[in-house]
Amino acid sequence: MPKTRILITTIISLALLPCVSHAQSARDRGLEIAQAAKAYDSGFNDFAANMIMTLKNKSGKTSRRNIRIKTLEVEGDGDKSLSIFDEPADVKGTAMLTFSHGLEPDDQWLYLPALKKVKRISSRNKSGPFMGSTFAFEDLSSQEIEKYNYLFLREEACGEWQCYVIERKPEYKHSGYTRQTAWLDKEAYRLVKVEFYDRKKALLKTLVASDFKQYLGHYWRPGKMEMVNHLTGKSTLLEWTDYQFKTGMTDRDFRSQSLKRLK
Amino acid sequence: MKRVLVPALLLVWPTLSGAQDFSGNIAVEVISFTQPGQFAEQMDDNLTASFKPKWSGDWNDGDDSWGAEFFLRADNKDEGRQHADIRELMWLHVNADNEWRVGINTMFWGVTETQHLVDVINQIDQVEGIDGEDKLGQPMIHLKRYQDWGVLDFLVLPGFRERSFQDAEGRLRFPLVVDASAATFESSDEDGHIDYAFRFSQTYGDLDLGISLFDGTNRDPQFFEGLDSNGQPVLIPHYVQMTQLALDLQLIAEDWIWKLEMFHRDTDPDAYQALTGGFEYTFYGVFESAMDIGSLAEYSYDSRDEGQRGAFDRDLFVGARLALNDEQSSELLAGFVVDTVNGSQTFRLEGNRRIGDSWKATIEMQLFSNIDAGDPLAALAEDDYLLFELARYF
Repeated sequence: MPKTRILITTIISLALLPCVSHAQSARDRGLEIAQAAKAYDSGFNDFAANMIMTLKNKSGKTSRRNIRIKTLEVEGDGDKSLSIFDEPADVKGTAMLTFSHGLEPDDQWLYLPALKKVKRISSRNKSGPFMGSTFAFEDLSSQEIEKYNYLFLREEACGEWQCYVIERKPEYKHSGYTRQTAWLDKEAYRLVKVEFYDRKKALLKTLVASDFKQYLGHYWRPGKMEMVNHLTGKSTLLEWTDYQFKTGMTDRDFRSQSLKRLK
Repeated sequence: MKRVLVPALLLVWPTLSGAQDFSGNIAVEVISFTQPGQFAEQMDDNLTASFKPKWSGDWNDGDDSWGAEFFLRADNKDEGRQHADIRELMWLHVNADNEWRVGINTMFWGVTETQHLVDVINQIDQVEGIDGEDKLGQPMIHLKRYQDWGVLDFLVLPGFRERSFQDAEGRLRFPLVVDASAATFESSDEDGHIDYAFRFSQTYGDLDLGISLFDGTNRDPQFFEGLDSNGQPVLIPHYVQMTQLALDLQLIAEDWIWKLEMFHRDTDPDAYQALTGGFEYTFYGVFESAMDIGSLAEYSYDSRDEGQRGAFDRDLFVGARLALNDEQSSELLAGFVVDTVNGSQTFRLEGNRRIGDSWKATIEMQLFSNIDAGDPLAALAEDDYLLFELARYF
């Protein structure tokens, strides 16, 4: 009897083995790709860029935002980033400062020029729309490895490149997504496409990035990013210009109380 | 001030128009009071316009910069409200961990909604609104110093700004017109008294702490009855000296934000305390939409004897904030305040929405009900109003 049991257990184990190890390796491989992508992009120290955001509703009506972005790479933690609003005119001078912290809640401050007031705000609203667009706050936040659980799905062609297709499940609290499918090219880990699945596990949004340009002979950034919301028919186009890397920014450029002196 | 400002503005205009950055807004405001005024001559409605231009520029790779912001209100009915002010006209020099500001500036300290106890640097531009959020520019020399253990602010404030008051035609005023030209001061230096302020602030994780000290002329005047040059009874403002030690705290804990502001104020002959504290709890993405709803509650206390207290002395504020998070950034804040001792009640609603890319519409409603005759708000009891503003930003 015991012998038979051992034999059966062994057979079952052997039968399951390839399956288990395959699942394990898909997870490992997913994580490896995410780590490689992060490693490829690290060391930029800081960058500044100008972002024009065009919101388009179902009937084709558009509205525009113009935001300057500054980002400082932080060793061992999430990046520090600063968004300064130039358009629409009624929010001109508004500035948002974010210290992102991977799985911990981000620290966030808002400067309101009408009141000349710096206000610490809650970063709890990750799934809320950024400036009324189809981008949620979490879509534009610092991409840290620990924020997701990864699964390698497959390799396939994506336009002119060959891509890794990986699944990312948010590990941080209050995400609006159950999972994301991301396409990264095999050569330089450019994130060319992401599909976002909502809390009901239905496809909610698709992000497509294009017009990639290389900076400092290494770092790739898209010139365009378009996010389509399949439920509402709304879309938002981000057009990035004036990218500058390693401009010499330091922590001093990312102080909450300095927000009021940014022009 | 008014007489000097307009020619000065015309003089510097060509220089300013060459600035690196120009923005601001021009707005039309309609206000309608639902009841006739309590006092003779008070208007029932009004149409006014305001203009708020801003300029800025920098040099030395941004280490030096300047900023200017003016405010003008044209009001045909209430001459007290027709005014111009320099909200900002300053030079800023940044040197590593020091920021120097010299000139006229407006600043904001504090966290609570009901009132702004800690925010005592600028005089209130009272004719612009009763919420104390419109303020007159204050001349100052301000050093902000960043340390690893906190931020230090040192302020020297020469040149006191007297509060603005409505004329006889104005609503939301005292039973008698205020004769600001007859203002008296405790200090023999009068409005030339030099005030000092200091603030320490720091962020500890989810907690933000501010401790501030102010020594100088209290911006909030006392009033005495007197006669103006024509022998008419008027109110005469009297500005006393004070030393104020204040604390402001904010703690963010997920969906909760806890807020507290309090001060200890030393004046001659009395010392007193006041506080406002409470919370804001936000429901994010309600009804499976992008909308956020916040619920707010705050309590205010003032240790002074009855009759000497501020408007929020034993008052409870409950409110709701609605953010649609839509393309027009539509927002609504509604608040109800009840005096837990005498039962006086006020209700206030503020809402705004962007129209197109460069217009913004604002509505404001203020109601007073069951106002006790002894409450500081007694003179405003009949001043329920509805306000609509349309602003063009550039």
